[in-house]
This record gives sequence, C-alpha cells and structure tokens, in this order.
Amino acid sequence: MSIENRGKKEVAARVKALESMMIEKGLLTTDMVDRFVEIYENEVGPQLGAKVVAKAWMDPEFKARLLEDATAACRELEIGGMQGEDMVVLEVTDEVHHAVVCTLCSCYPWPVLGTPPNWYKEPQYRSRMVREPRKVLADEFSFPIPDTTEIRVWDSSSEIRYWVLPQRPGGTDGWTEDQLAELVTRDSMIGVGPTKAAS
Amino acid sequence: MHDLGGMDGFGAIDAPLTEPPFDAEWEKAIAAMQLACFRGGWFGIDSFRHGIELMDPVTYLTTSYYEHWLHSIEHHGISHGHIDPEELDRRTQHYLAHPEDPLPEHAASPELLEFVDAVVTYGGSAQRPTDTAQRFEVGDVVRVRDASPQGHTRLARYVRGKVGTVIAYRGSFVFPDAAGNDRGEDPQHLYTIQIDGGELWGNEHAEPRTSSTFDAWEPYLDVVHQHEGAPR
Repeated sequence: MSIENRGKKEVAARVKALESMMIEKGLLTTDMVDRFVEIYENEVGPQLGAKVVAKAWMDPEFKARLLEDATAACRELEIGGMQGEDMVVLEVTDEVHHAVVCTLCSCYPWPVLGTPPNWYKEPQYRSRMVREPRKVLADEFSFPIPDTTEIRVWDSSSEIRYWVLPQRPGGTDGWTEDQLAELVTRDSMIGVGPTKAAS
Repeated sequence: MHDLGGMDGFGAIDAPLTEPPFDAEWEKAIAAMQLACFRGGWFGIDSFRHGIELMDPVTYLTTSYYEHWLHSIEHHGISHGHIDPEELDRRTQHYLAHPEDPLPEHAASPELLEFVDAVVTYGGSAQRPTDTAQRFEVGDVVRVRDASPQGHTRLARYVRGKVGTVIAYRGSFVFPDAAGNDRGEDPQHLYTIQIDGGELWGNEHAEPRTSSTFDAWEPYLDVVHQHEGAPR
C-alpha cells in the first residue's frame, strides 16, 4: 500500500473513532451527517448565486438592493445562512474587475456558491492571488483581464463574505431569467472566470 | 503556516472544471461534526480557526482542508476534556483493523436535524453592538499596525505596516484576537481598507492597476490622515 493510501486509511479510521465517541455523547447522529451532506450535495450550490445574478441583470431595482445589502436582497429569494450571514456583492464593470480570495483560511460564501472547490482552499491560489492577480487569472484560469481594467482582489479576512456580480453577456436581449441563470458560472462569481457566452 | 498571502514557491494552481463537494466518506462526517461541536460548545469559529493554525507547518501544507478540520476538532476535544486521547487512539486502531465495523447503535434525534436545518438556513452573524465610538470614516487614510500578536489574529502579515484607504464601514463584529484566544467576544468596529498593489509589493514589483482590499478591525489600524472635510 502506498504511504498516501495508508495515510488516508488512518485518517478515515480516526474520523470514525471520533464519530463513534461523539455519537455516544449524544452530540451527533448518522442522520445528522446525512442531512448535512444532502444539503450541500443537492440543495445549496452555485445555482443559487446564478439565480440572484440573473435577477439582478433583469431587474435594476433588485440589483440596486443587492449592491446596497446583499444579505437582505438574497433573503428576498430565500437564500442565505451559514457562511453568508453578512454578504457583499461586487459589480464588475468595464473599468473594474473584482476577484475574491481568503489568504488566511478558506472563507467563501456558502449560501450562494456551496462548498468551496479544493483549489480555493489550497496554498497556491491563496498565496498568489493577492501578489499577482493578473498573472493568476491569465495563466491559471485562462481569463486575461485587459491591462486597462483595474483589478481589485478582496481578501475575506473577516466574516463578510464577498462575491462577484459579473457583467451580463451580450446577445441576451429578451432572454428569460432562467435562461440567463444558465450562463452564470461559479467561477464568474468568484471573479476567476467568465460567464458563458450566449449561443 | 496558514498566513499565506504573498508567499512564494507554491507553484501552479490545479483547478479542475468540476469536482464533487466531498472527496471521501470521512470528509462528510468531519463536516457535520464541526457543527455538532459548535452546538456542544467545544469552540466558536475563531477558536476553531486557531486550532488549525496550531498545526505543525509541514502537516498543514501536506494535508487536505478537512484534515485541518479534524485536527482542530481533536485539539479542542482533547484540550477541553471532551475526548480522552487514549480512547480515541484505541478506537482508531480498532477501525483501522476493522474498517467495516459499524458505528455505535443510537437513537434518531429530530432535534439535531432541526439544528442542522436552522444553521444552514439562518447561520449566526458575528455582528455585535458596541458602545465605543467609531474612530474612522470612509475616505480616511490609515496604516495597518506592524505588530506580531501571539495566538490567533486576522492581521495578515502581508498587510502589516501598509497604508490604505477606508472604503467601507461594516458595523461592529466579534474581535477574533479576543474570541480566538478565549478572551470573550470584545466587539470592535470593522472597516474595509483598500491597499494599492505598489504599497503592498513595491512599485517596481506590483502588477499595474491592482489593489487588495482587506477587512480590518479597529485595533489593527492607526490614522495617517482624515479625509478632507471630515467633521473632526
């Protein structure tokens, strides 16, 4: 067995041991684990953020409320909760691009994007994004930002959870909110990728 | 080892287009156990983070996100007397030898399921009122304190000593340097400051037209000058 696999077996055994002790203390049940996983595998994910973005593209008054108080605006759509108690949405324009990182741990707006992807949690992204955002976006995410556009990197160092309102893709006049939501990617709401193009 | 902003040497980012929310079964258990521990009073979010920060740096860098969670849960469980480390080791050896052996039989708990639903739906804001007057306003130029506090802090190394502009006031929040070190919540005013890339990395090194914004609690900041027209 490789060292790596042996290590993972040990971690799995240790977690199970801890789990067994917490169950005996009445702190945890297997149903609780299943419920938690069900929520983040099937209910809470980037489709919720996409719904908010599409509504903001369609409804200027909602967009104004979203930029004023993202937590309250999301609550109108029954979206919110753990790791998104105090959210701030950043609007991308022709002049300013926004991208989000957490250099200290892995803070991320769970209610609108779900659990963070591994790359967001790993040292490579966390160390480099503040130091060389243009290079990271161009080389690592194939998402070059024009030199004339300012880039603001938002380090999630407090309990404020930042996320990005990307620009509405061209060629989408007359589209419905549901159609528009299909164009919104998780990465576009972190600020490291584009929305899908209208086709 | 957690304070990574601006560090060199980590190399390329591996960002696959899709990946599952949980890579392994044990990750699912750890994720739910964190909530159970919050409920059981083992830690708050700040002391949970500090538990991760106490990891040996080599282990921190070579283990995954949810292993960091395991480390903090174990640390707090043992140090606060909730978990007997010898019993944990004994059971670990047992499940290592018999990975298919079941968990203990237990009754269902509707109360715990309701707790999960409530936390996921409503969470718990870290905003807290304070009577202290706000020292800074949007537009003020501030310097981040160049200090190296012991224990938990959210004063990242790469912003220490740097000068930025207050671009937002966020309200008053639990102060991690207190809460993460078991010194109560001690709410403090929180500001978002914007620091130019040139100030952070040197004009000859920074990428043009870039900045970082950083959320700083009031004790992290000193005034450089107040914005013009400030009423003080």
